[in-house]
Amino acid sequence: MRKKRSRLVHLLLYVLLTAGAVGMIVPMLYMVSTAFTGQTYVLELPPTFIPKEPTLQNFVDAWQSNNFSLYFGNSLVVAVSTTLLSVLISSMFAYALARFKFVGREMIFYALMLTLMIPSLMLIIPQFMLAKTLGLLDSLTGLVLVYVAMNIPLNVFLLRGFFEQLPRDLEEAVLIDGGGYWTIFFRIALPLSTPALATVAIFTFLAAWDEFTWALTVINSPLKRTLPIAIAAFQGEHLTQWGLVFAASLIAIAPVVVVFITLQRYFVKGLTSGALRG
Amino acid sequence: MASSRRFFVTPYLFLLPGLLFFAVFLIYPLVEAFRISLYDWKIMPGVVSPFVGLGNYVRAFHDDTFWIALRNTVLYTAVTVPAQMVLAMIVAVWLDALPRGRVVYRTLYYIPVITSWVVVSLLFRYLFDSSEAGLVNYVLMHILHVIAQPIPWMQEAGPALIVIMLLGIWKGIGWSMIIFVAALQAIPIELHEAASIDGANAWQRFVRITLPLMRPTVVFVLVMLVIGGFNVFLSIYLITGGGPLHRTESVLTYMYNEAFNFLEFGYASAISYILAIIIFVISFLQIKFLRNPVEV
Repeated sequence: MRKKRSRLVHLLLYVLLTAGAVGMIVPMLYMVSTAFTGQTYVLELPPTFIPKEPTLQNFVDAWQSNNFSLYFGNSLVVAVSTTLLSVLISSMFAYALARFKFVGREMIFYALMLTLMIPSLMLIIPQFMLAKTLGLLDSLTGLVLVYVAMNIPLNVFLLRGFFEQLPRDLEEAVLIDGGGYWTIFFRIALPLSTPALATVAIFTFLAAWDEFTWALTVINSPLKRTLPIAIAAFQGEHLTQWGLVFAASLIAIAPVVVVFITLQRYFVKGLTSGALRG
Repeated sequence: MASSRRFFVTPYLFLLPGLLFFAVFLIYPLVEAFRISLYDWKIMPGVVSPFVGLGNYVRAFHDDTFWIALRNTVLYTAVTVPAQMVLAMIVAVWLDALPRGRVVYRTLYYIPVITSWVVVSLLFRYLFDSSEAGLVNYVLMHILHVIAQPIPWMQEAGPALIVIMLLGIWKGIGWSMIIFVAALQAIPIELHEAASIDGANAWQRFVRITLPLMRPTVVFVLVMLVIGGFNVFLSIYLITGGGPLHRTESVLTYMYNEAFNFLEFGYASAISYILAIIIFVISFLQIKFLRNPVEV
C-alpha cells in the first residue's frame, strides 16, 4: 500500500519536473530552431518550432563571411590566458593566506571579501582611465589583465578554503628534508588540489569567455572583438537577421555547454563549497 | 638565520603577483572612484576638474531619473529574488525525492545559468518581439486567445520590465536550485524517518526539519541573490537600453550611460558609490539578523 503510494508520488514528481524543465528549455530550443531556419522564414506567421527547410547556411555565413571564426579565436586566446594566469596567481595568493602568518593578513582577507560584495561595474571608470594611462585600451592584453584581477577575490576565497584543509604532515616532512615552501607548493599543495583548481579554472574560463561590459568599453577595433560584444554588435547592425545572430550565439555557447556537461561535478562543488560552509 | 629570513620573506613572494593585480586593478579603482565622485570630472586633458564635494551625491538625490532607476532596481530585486528562491526550492525538494534521474533534470534547469547574458538577453528580445510573429505574442493571441492585439513589449516601461524580470527569474532558478539540492543531500535521512514515525506529514517535515537545517544555505543564497539583483545591468542594457525615455533604467545602466554616453564621470562615480553603500548595508543587515536563529 505504502509502496504503491510512493510510486504514484514519484510519477507525479517526474511529470511536474518535466513540465518545469520544458519551460526552462523551450526558449533555448526556439533559438536553436531559428538558427537552422533560412532568413526568409524568420518571424513568419505562424512561428514554427521545426524549420520547414533546415539549413546550416546561418552557421556557415556567421563563421566565414561575418568574421565569427576570428572573434572565436579572440575569445579563446583571452579566456585561456586569463585562466592560466589567474589560477597560478590566485593559488599562490590563497596558499599564502592559508599557510603563513604575516603582517596584514587579516586586512588583505577583509579587502578581498569587500571586493566580492561590491558591484564590479563601479570600478569601470577608474579602470578605464587606468587602462588609458597604461596604453591598454583596444587591446586583448588589457582585457586579460583586468579579467585576471576581477577573478582573484572569488578564486582566492575558494582556494584558501581548500588549502586550509590539506594535511600539514606532508608539508612538514618536506621542510625536515630541507625542501622549501616553493617545493611544497608546486610538488604537494597544487597536485593535491586538482579538484579545487579545476573548479576555479572552469569558473574563470567562463567568466572571461562571457564577459561583456569591460570588452565593450575598451575594444574599438572590430577585428579585436570577443564573441559577446561581436554578437551584440552584429545584432545591432542586422536587426532582423535573427537566424545569423543565433547561429553565432550557438557557436559562442557550445564550448560552455560542453565544458559544463563534461565537468559538471567540479562545477557543483565550486558552487556549493562557498554556500555549505555556512 | 637563512630559514628565518625565508620565513619572513616567502609569504610576501607568494602574495606579490596577486596582490599587485588586486591593488592595481581593484583597490586603486575603488578608492579612485570615490575621489572622482567628489569632482565635476572633466575628461579633456588639461582642463581642471572643479572640486564639488558631495555635490554629485546631492545631484542624484534631486535627479528624477536616478529615483526611477533606483525604484526599478529595488522592484527587480524584490520580485526576482523571492521568485527564484521559491521556485528553486520547490524544484530542489522534488529533485531530492526522486529515485533516479536527478542529474538529467539538474542539467536541464542549469542550462540557462551557464548561457551568457548577452545571448539570453537577445533571445528574450526575440521571444518577446512586438509583432504578431513574436513567439510569446503568437501564443497569447492565437493559442491561448487572451489578447486581441500583439503586445508592444518594449514600447512601455511596464511590459518591458516584466520581460526583464522574467528573464532574471528564468536564468537564475538553476543556480539556487543546485545549491539547495546540495544542502538537502546533507540532511540526515534519519531525521525525516523519525519525524514520519511520529506522524509528521511532508509539509510539517519540510517546515520543522528541512528549512531550519538549511537556514545558513538559504541566507547565503538570499544575500547573493540580493547583491545580484541590485547589480542588474546587462539584461536591461541589451533589451531596452534603459528606454523608453529612461523609464526602464536600473542604477547601473543609468550609471554606465552617464559615464560612457555623456562622459559624466564624476556623477556616474557618485551613483555607483551610492549603490555600493546600499548593497553593503543591506547585506550586512541580512547577515546580522538572519544568519543565526533567534534564541527563544
